[in-house]
Amino acid sequence: MDFAFLGSTWLTLLSGLPLTLKLASGAVSCGFVLALAVAAMRVSGSRLLSGPAQAFVFAFRGTPLLVQVFLIYYGLGQFRPFLQEWGLWPFFRDAYWCALLALSLNTAAYSGEIIRGAIGSVPAGQIEAARACGMGRLTAARRIIGPIALRQALPAYSNEIISMVKATSLASIITLMEVTFIAQKLISQTFRAVEIFVCAGSIYLLVNVAITRAVWALEWWLSPHLRARPREPAALEAAHA
Amino acid sequence: MPEPVLSAGAIRKRFGHLEVLKGISLDAGAGEVISILGASGSGKSTFLRCLNLLEVPDDGRIALGGEAIAFKQGRRGPEPADRRQVQRLRQRIAMVFQSFNLWSHMTVLQNVIEAPVHVQKRPRAECVAEAEALLAKVGIADKRDHYPAHLSGGQQQRAAIARALAQKPEVMLFDEPTSALDPELVGEVLRVMRQLADEGRTMLVVTHEMGFARDVSSRVVFLDGGRVDCSGPPAEMFGAPPTERFGRFVQTHR
Ligand SMILES: Nc1ncnc2c1ncn2[C@@H]1O[C@H](COP(=O)(O)OP(=O)(O)OP(=O)(O)O)[C@@H](O)[C@H]1O
Ligand SMILES: [Mg+2]
Repeated sequence: MDFAFLGSTWLTLLSGLPLTLKLASGAVSCGFVLALAVAAMRVSGSRLLSGPAQAFVFAFRGTPLLVQVFLIYYGLGQFRPFLQEWGLWPFFRDAYWCALLALSLNTAAYSGEIIRGAIGSVPAGQIEAARACGMGRLTAARRIIGPIALRQALPAYSNEIISMVKATSLASIITLMEVTFIAQKLISQTFRAVEIFVCAGSIYLLVNVAITRAVWALEWWLSPHLRARPREPAALEAAHA
Repeated sequence: MPEPVLSAGAIRKRFGHLEVLKGISLDAGAGEVISILGASGSGKSTFLRCLNLLEVPDDGRIALGGEAIAFKQGRRGPEPADRRQVQRLRQRIAMVFQSFNLWSHMTVLQNVIEAPVHVQKRPRAECVAEAEALLAKVGIADKRDHYPAHLSGGQQQRAAIARALAQKPEVMLFDEPTSALDPELVGEVLRVMRQLADEGRTMLVVTHEMGFARDVSSRVVFLDGGRVDCSGPPAEMFGAPPTERFGRFVQTHR
């Protein structure tokens, strides 16, 4: 084992981590906002809204992310005159923005379905109780449906976040210098593929362990109602009995 | 005659081809406790849910304290003309459900202050103080910081009653409030309801508890096949059932 080489490789790869994290967090944030819109359209009960949302989900879940990245980066280049006219060219010329857009749209499709499922799982009786006390739709969404759905969605959603961290590696094929890109460059210089990919993999692994832990903590904090009942002083129990 | 608190006239409701309510009229005067009886499927829940517009009736009139709910013709039949009006009236009609329907992510206290603070926009401190008094009244003051999942069914239903009371409602609707409870827990909920009746609250109670209907209510209404079969003071109704159907119902629900 060449520990010196592993160590220096690790440090070199680490220089790509900020971009990896920027892509992942950017895609997860934008994707979440889009996903909320997708889910809202899906549960709206209006065909005019749910139809397009369904088509969007179908298209982005049914095709490989790699194809989506290519189509956005190279495919939209075909429409350069049109994009220039609209002032969008600087955006689509930049590999970073194209990767971010592809990742965001992709995670929006998956997360939209996760959120829709979570909203559907909110017990009807609890929604009814909200309506019965005169709560408006927005207040009910914010105070009752949202918080219950969030708790329901968290485990699946944390998987989606982890998928996004891993998916950022696809940005390397459109020349973004994130962790995987740097790894490939190092390999072409040193031909030591195994050691370098082990280092790269370990970086993704560490990030995802941190995310998993953070989501666990969030889940724990959000679900005191699912944990064991708090212990009461025996005297209180006795006094009540 | 004084204005009824809650007035329902000729309420009709159908689900698809099934006509569940075939024109039910019922006025509840201030302080009246009306027990609504009837076999399973006779439309009791549907009627109660029409009163606070959880179901929108196909036809009929509903008025609370003289204010009639305005309807308009929508694409799929009648619908409330003004959603705001419905929300306002719902704040004045509280409902207690068979399955409690407490909000699972909130503690008992948070459940009780939710509508006063976030719907009625009253000052939080005042609402908390009132909520604590209500929890003491229903006998679960020590459970204020517990989550619903950590309570027995009887305690959950009493919390739900406290939540309903916190709205300061003019009318309370109960849909089989004890039917989901283990037999030994029914008593504690009925005791609370009896206390509310004694305070002079206006209550409409769908129930299978004949004891409650006979001893606590001021009027008994018997629904059959989506119509009011008969109604009257409990002493008369149970003393000499006015219809054969009600007689048979009483026989089987002793
Ligand atoms: N949302 C709905 N869609 C279709 N049918 C319904 C709906 N709600 C109720 N029904 C039907 O309407 C009829 C009356 O139901 P309802 O719940 O009002 O009866 P109930 O008197 O409360 O009975 P129970 O004692 O079992 O609670 C039943 O046949 C029921 O199947
Ligand atoms: Mg019922």
